[in-house]
Order: sequence, then structure tokens, then C-alpha cells
Amino acid sequence: MSDTAQSSRKKQDFEQSLESSDRSIATFEHKSRSLFDNVQHFLHGNPTMVPVIVLIASIVIFGFVAGSKFFSPFNLSLIMQQVSIIGILAAAQSLVILTAGIDLSVGAIMVLMSVIMGQLAITLGVPAPIAIIAGCIGGIAAGGLNGFLVTRIKLPPFIVTLGTWNIFFALNLWLSGAQSIRSQTLDEIAPLLKFFGESIALGGARITYGSILMLVIFGVLWYILNHTSWGRHVYAIGDDKEAAELSGIRTNRTLIMVYGLAGLVCGIGAWASIGRVGSVSPQSFQEANLQSITAVVIGGISLFGGRGSIIGPLIGALIVGVFNSGLRLAGVDVLWQVFAIGWLTIIAVAIDQWIRKVSS
Amino acid sequence: MSNTAKPVLRARGIVKRYGRVTALDHADFDLYPGEVLAVIGDNGAGKSSLIKALSGAITIDEGSIELDGKPIGFTSPMEAREAGIETVYQNLALSPALSIADNMFMGRELRKKGFMGKYFGALDHKEMQRLAREKLSELGLMTIQNINQAVETLSGGQRQGVAVARAAAFGSRVVIMDEPTAALGVKESRRVLDLIADVKARGMPIVLISHNMPHVFEVADRIHVHRLGKRLCTIKPDDYSMSDAVAFMTGAMEPPAVDAAT
Repeated sequence: MSDTAQSSRKKQDFEQSLESSDRSIATFEHKSRSLFDNVQHFLHGNPTMVPVIVLIASIVIFGFVAGSKFFSPFNLSLIMQQVSIIGILAAAQSLVILTAGIDLSVGAIMVLMSVIMGQLAITLGVPAPIAIIAGCIGGIAAGGLNGFLVTRIKLPPFIVTLGTWNIFFALNLWLSGAQSIRSQTLDEIAPLLKFFGESIALGGARITYGSILMLVIFGVLWYILNHTSWGRHVYAIGDDKEAAELSGIRTNRTLIMVYGLAGLVCGIGAWASIGRVGSVSPQSFQEANLQSITAVVIGGISLFGGRGSIIGPLIGALIVGVFNSGLRLAGVDVLWQVFAIGWLTIIAVAIDQWIRKVSS
Repeated sequence: MSNTAKPVLRARGIVKRYGRVTALDHADFDLYPGEVLAVIGDNGAGKSSLIKALSGAITIDEGSIELDGKPIGFTSPMEAREAGIETVYQNLALSPALSIADNMFMGRELRKKGFMGKYFGALDHKEMQRLAREKLSELGLMTIQNINQAVETLSGGQRQGVAVARAAAFGSRVVIMDEPTAALGVKESRRVLDLIADVKARGMPIVLISHNMPHVFEVADRIHVHRLGKRLCTIKPDDYSMSDAVAFMTGAMEPPAVDAAT
């Protein structure tokens, strides 16, 4: 007995010798770092800087390659128009990806809601504002269904939204009878549906209300994510769901709200998409789901959740737009545009992985 | 501390079953004001379940828990926190990508005063950063450069420091620490033990769950030995050796007839 007691006392002696050592708790040391480390740390603190640098670089390069055509106000505003719908969907997608989920159904929700708005207003003669509100509420319901399946039935977001993507697409074809509603019909009965296709002329630029809507949506989401507790909770859930739960956050409730809000953004996007296309087309935006993910990833939001700024996907969408426009003006075949975006996506994720490995 | 002191936190006959497994089998628990109570027990003895029951992470099937003599029935960690029981979990429950300030106020963010805060839920980042810095300094935790530093850029001991500071800053009645030194090196463990002493010096009772006998015997006022889902006995570290405690834990030795008083 005394032997063991002595050995344990010895252990304490051994520990006591440490008391003369550094007693400051959790001080923050500053090691000298290489330039490479500094860059990594800077990007870790400012993950949106990567897409910003890429956007500026691509504008400069395409400005040289494609010349003044590229820099014309008309072309720049055209890029904004072209990316507005994918940008809005990317905003919705970002919310879900920040929680470490993924939403493959954003494009399908948007097209389905545009069909609902069109059918209500044109076929059933419902006043346009009510049709639009119904579409937005439908968006919340569709997103809420995703959220319910993810949190209550506990299915992976990928599977849930892969399923609802098909479901929403089928409903869309059924409700529309696979028929488009023509532009003239909209003009006659419900011109309000095409509101976001209208534009204001500024010099040579034509800025559509749809482009402005995209910027407003990003602005509102930026505020929500950075300046409300709900927004901080979204980040915390994506970062570590269990830790968030132990910190007292009602994670499932927040998650359902995230999917619902993403659905609402898709609903608003549906209205904007009618203006952008000029008609209600059940066959439009079939690749929008994946394009929105591309914009989010290029924008520096981590697919593993909890990291990245909502402004990133806006930049990401613009990068895609600039690449497409620049390559087209330079006379490059469309297939190389797709080729370039593919590489851009892979490089963006590789950079994200590298940044996340930051160590103190 | 005297014999007449009433327990701050008291549990009687609590039971928790997971299917056929009984994790807590009519367990008792007493924590007195101002003390450090260590909870030790073999793996699977039900320590974690006991702590989760006290901190609201699980709801118990039977029995009663009282805080300051008033019965409590937590259904979530949030309720326990509101009642003044703060827990430092083994995995720390920090969000690595978020800042120190964000983490300290996670789940209880401060809003701005005035219109923006009331109607738009605007957070008061400045005030939260100021308070976070203040709370960390109070515990001698800081010569920190950047309160907005992401937690993942901190070392293990620093993270532990942030988690303990969060608990100490908001815990008004009890702080529970689950294996605070398990993942740390010798030097960092030493810092955390000092931190425990600091928190105790501020009059806060602490429940410490640990496997590390030297740590337990150094900081604990009393030791609660948990075995087979219930409290086997309570001993004072001065009366028994570490190997005695291990013998109680594993059932190699009969527990003393009389529990250690406070």
C-alpha cells in the first residue's frame, strides 16, 4: 500500500516541478511565418478574397483578350442579367451548403413555382399579385418539405433533394402540361409577372430589375447571416451540429427554417425568371441546380459547411458570367467555356481544402 | 463548508435506461456550495449519463434532481443553462470556424439596443467582443491579440480555456467539467487545473469528471465514486490513496460504511 502511495506522491512531485514553468494560461504566441503561411492565414480569415482576386484577374485578362467590346457598359450589364437567375439560386443554395447540406432541388423549385404563378394568373385568372404570393408560399412549402425530410426523417440532404428534384420536375410538367405560356399572353393578362425583365437604361447599360433583385437578395441574406443570432446559428450548425446543439441551439428548427428560406428565395427567383425568359417555360433552367452549386463552390463557400461568406457566391456567379462572356467575345467555342468552368470548380475546392488545413 | 450547508445540486434515485441497458440505476448525487466534487468511475459506470442528466442533455426516467432545493426537470441543455448550470463538454462544444467571441456567446447573443436590435435582430458585435475579452482576462486567460480569431487556430489548451471561460462567465450556480484534461499534454493540463482553482476561488462549485487520479486528488475537495450506474461512496482525498480510489472504482475493495461529509 505504502509503495503505491509513494509512487503516486512521486507523480505529484513530478507534476509540481512544472509549477515553476510558464504559468500563463492560453497565451497567444506569435511565431514567425513564411510568406506562404501568411497567405494561407489571410485567406483563412478572408475566404472570399480568392473569388474576388479571380474575378478581378479574369476581368483584366478578358479585357485584354476581347478588347473594348468586353468593357462596354452594355456587355457588363448583360453579364449581370445573364447571371441574375443563377445568382439568386446560388444565394438559396448557399444557405443550405453553409449548414453542410446540399440542395439539388433549387432549380426545380424555381421552375415549378414559375409554372404555378403562370397557371394561376393565366389559366385560372387569379390576380397576378396573389399568384406571385402563392408561388412564394409554395417555395417555402417545397423547401420546408426538404427540411422536414432532412431533420425529422433524418435522411441525407443529397438523397432528399435528389428525390424532390425529380418530384418537383414531374409536378411542373403535370401542372403545365409541358406547355409554355407565351410572352404575348403574359403581356395581355398578367404583365406584372414579367416585371423583373424590365430595365432601366444607364448610359449604354441596360440594368434589369432582375439584376437589382439579385443584389438586394444577397444584401438581405448578408445582413441575416452576419448580424442576427439566427445567422450565427446557421454557421454554427454547419460547423459542428452536435456542438451547436450542446450550446443550446435548436438545430432542427433552424435547419427547417434554412430550407424554407432557401425555398422562399427560389420562389422569388421564379418571378424573376419569368421576366428573364419572357415566358413561363417548364423546360427552362434544367441545369440550374448544378450551376448554382458551381457558383457557390467557386465563391469559396465550403461544401463541408460553416465556412465562407454569402457574398462569395455572388462573385462566383459573376466569375462564371465573365468567363462565358469573355470567351464568347474572344470567339472561343462554347465547349471551352464549359471546360474552363469545370476546372475552375475543381481548383476552387482544392483551394478550400488547403485553406481549411490552416494551423496556428 | 460545514455539515449544515445545503447541497446546491442534489439528485435522488435517478434512473436512465437505453433500451435494455440501465445506464443510471437509482443514482444519488450531492454537490455542496464552493466545493470541487470529482466524479470518478470505470468506463461504462454511468458517469457520462449522470453528467448529461444534470446538464439537461438527457431526460431521466425516474428520480428527482434539485437545484437549491427546488425540483428541476430539464429537457434541454438550454434550460439547464438558464437555471445557471454550465457544462464544459469533453468535445468542448465549440464551433471551430467561428471566432472566440462568437463561441462565447453562442446561443445567447446580445442584440443592439434600439430600433435595429428590436425589429431587425441586429447583434451587438462590439459589446460581445468587449465582454468576451473581459471574461477571458478575468480568468487570467488573456494576452489575446484577436478575439475574432477562429477557435480552430488555437491550441488544445487554449480551446479548453475558451470553453472553461464561457462556462465560468455564464454559470451562476454550478460548472460541470467533463474530462477537461483528457486531450491535453502535461503542461496544458497544468494550466487547466489552475483555471479550475481560479473558478473555485470565485465561489463557484465545480463538478469534475476525470480519469486522471493525480488531477482528481490535487483539485478535488470530495470524490464521488460511481460504480454500476449508482453512487458507490463519497470519499475525501486526504483519507484515501489513489490506489484505494481505483480499488473502489473497480470493485476490488469494499466502500467505507460512512460517506465523507462536507
